[in-house]
Amino acid sequence: MKTKDAPVTKAYDVERIRAQFPILRELVHGKPLVYFDNAATSQKPRRVIKTESAYYATINANVHRGVHTLSTRATEAQEAAREIVRRHINAQHAHEVIFTSGTTASINLAATSLGQLLLRKGDEVVISGMEHHSNIVPWQLACERYGAKLKVIPITDSGEWETGPQGRKDAKGSTEQFFNERTRILAISHVSNTLGTINPVKKLIAQAKKQGIITVVDGAQAIAHLDVDVQDLDCDLYAFSGHKAYAPTGTGVLYGREELLERMPPWQGGGEMIETVTLEKSTWAKLPFKFEAGTPHIAGIIGLGEALRWMEDYDFAFAKDSAEQGKSAFAAHEHMLLERATKELLTIDGLRIIGTAKEKVGVISFVIEDVHHYDIGTLLDQQGIAVRTGHHCTQPLMDRFGVSGTTRASFACFNTCAEVDALVAGVKKTLKMLR
Amino acid sequence: MSTTMTLAQTQQELIDEFAMFSDWQDRYEHLIELGKDLPLIAPEHRTDDNLVRGCQSRVWLFAEPKSGHVQFTADSDAMITKGIVALLVRVYNDRTPQEIREASTDFIDRIGLREHLSPNRANGLSAMIDQMKRYALAFSANGDRS
Repeated sequence: MKTKDAPVTKAYDVERIRAQFPILRELVHGKPLVYFDNAATSQKPRRVIKTESAYYATINANVHRGVHTLSTRATEAQEAAREIVRRHINAQHAHEVIFTSGTTASINLAATSLGQLLLRKGDEVVISGMEHHSNIVPWQLACERYGAKLKVIPITDSGEWETGPQGRKDAKGSTEQFFNERTRILAISHVSNTLGTINPVKKLIAQAKKQGIITVVDGAQAIAHLDVDVQDLDCDLYAFSGHKAYAPTGTGVLYGREELLERMPPWQGGGEMIETVTLEKSTWAKLPFKFEAGTPHIAGIIGLGEALRWMEDYDFAFAKDSAEQGKSAFAAHEHMLLERATKELLTIDGLRIIGTAKEKVGVISFVIEDVHHYDIGTLLDQQGIAVRTGHHCTQPLMDRFGVSGTTRASFACFNTCAEVDALVAGVKKTLKMLR
Repeated sequence: MSTTMTLAQTQQELIDEFAMFSDWQDRYEHLIELGKDLPLIAPEHRTDDNLVRGCQSRVWLFAEPKSGHVQFTADSDAMITKGIVALLVRVYNDRTPQEIREASTDFIDRIGLREHLSPNRANGLSAMIDQMKRYALAFSANGDRS
């Protein structure tokens, strides 16, 4: 049964994973790269890089148009990637998977199209206070356009949704106060990019559904870390980026329930998305092409398919061993790194972690008393350590915590304990220079 | 002392100063030290109007003309940024508007702080230089009129 390639050790073999990421051999300022900015974009395994480059070397042609052989190959390869995505997120149909350029494009598509379909003056859209700007601004634009109102679920001190009345979570964690007869759309993140909080989206979606509210999930930070099952979540739309899940940049997905996608008007007009065009009126192509105007990022999409297959090969191959922890192998490894980093960073005088929810992915955001995150980020970079500093495109969340920005380390499957230790030592060295 | 030096001489002085440091740590520690000598902006000028746009940290920059020369004061909430603005102030302070406008910025590269000049939105070195040159331009325009 076991193939030669299949991992045989019980322990998570991080070196075996690392060997597949060519970039990890790079030096930064003469030091080995420690890459802790995975929440911004993940690095790419060789298989994905090779797939993308092989596309240009052997297949390159436009999809769905030509009768020639290359065009057929390109179309088949792209549609095979669609099927991989479908399987990976457990959508019912491949045509429920719409390819976009990323989460931002996916949410803009959702907000523009749903806005036109659903929003009228006085209607309400509910988001949360921990959303990325990409899941705030498109809804603000839609609300402004149709005279609707944006309502925001507040965030607790630990970085979770405040879903109960009077600033406290009630026993049932009720959220119904945010929904009323005018609520049309709920748009929430599965995982917070700044805090790492894994949100109880399934529960909130169930509550929203009872009131006929359309649910949109921003899954940008979940796709590489959680087992995303859109049917189990029962969401209407689910958006994510390829590049945060080991796939090429410029790729993204908007999953949508068939029945809803059929009703939604197209977002962008152009080639590929039409059935017939006369100068008076056009009719739309079938799903998913109605939402895919223009030539897609074919190479990237094929790379996305390969990235998901790569994750499945490695993540799920290890999964049985860590099943007792209820997590995939990647997630269990990243959780271990998170716990180590949390424990060690907290020994540093004046350091405060922003985002202390019980359920977190491997994201750790921190501030240090009287020290600016820009200084920390700059001096860590000199030591070869890549972290993200600033507001992480979540300015309302920064305001909520009363900080101008944080330093954020975000982990992926290829990071090691030694790298976490290097981060902690790096922060200590940085503070010695600054204090 | 530096007031008797030309702008180009001050730039060279900085290049020589930084050339003494072989590793990044010493270089950055020196930069942080420079920040402590920065002529600080007066509290009444430490306003949002005087913030330099394009920095991840906050940088306040103010200038006023004094007998044909431009006097800069500044501050930042990040120590490295404060060091960088101090470096610029050391070069451009007490110069004529024309000197400031015509000055080259090559010295930044030669100091080994080139990464701060990248078009990355997180740092604002080029925004600071632009702002200083804008002040110089405004003062020379005023000078022409009077």
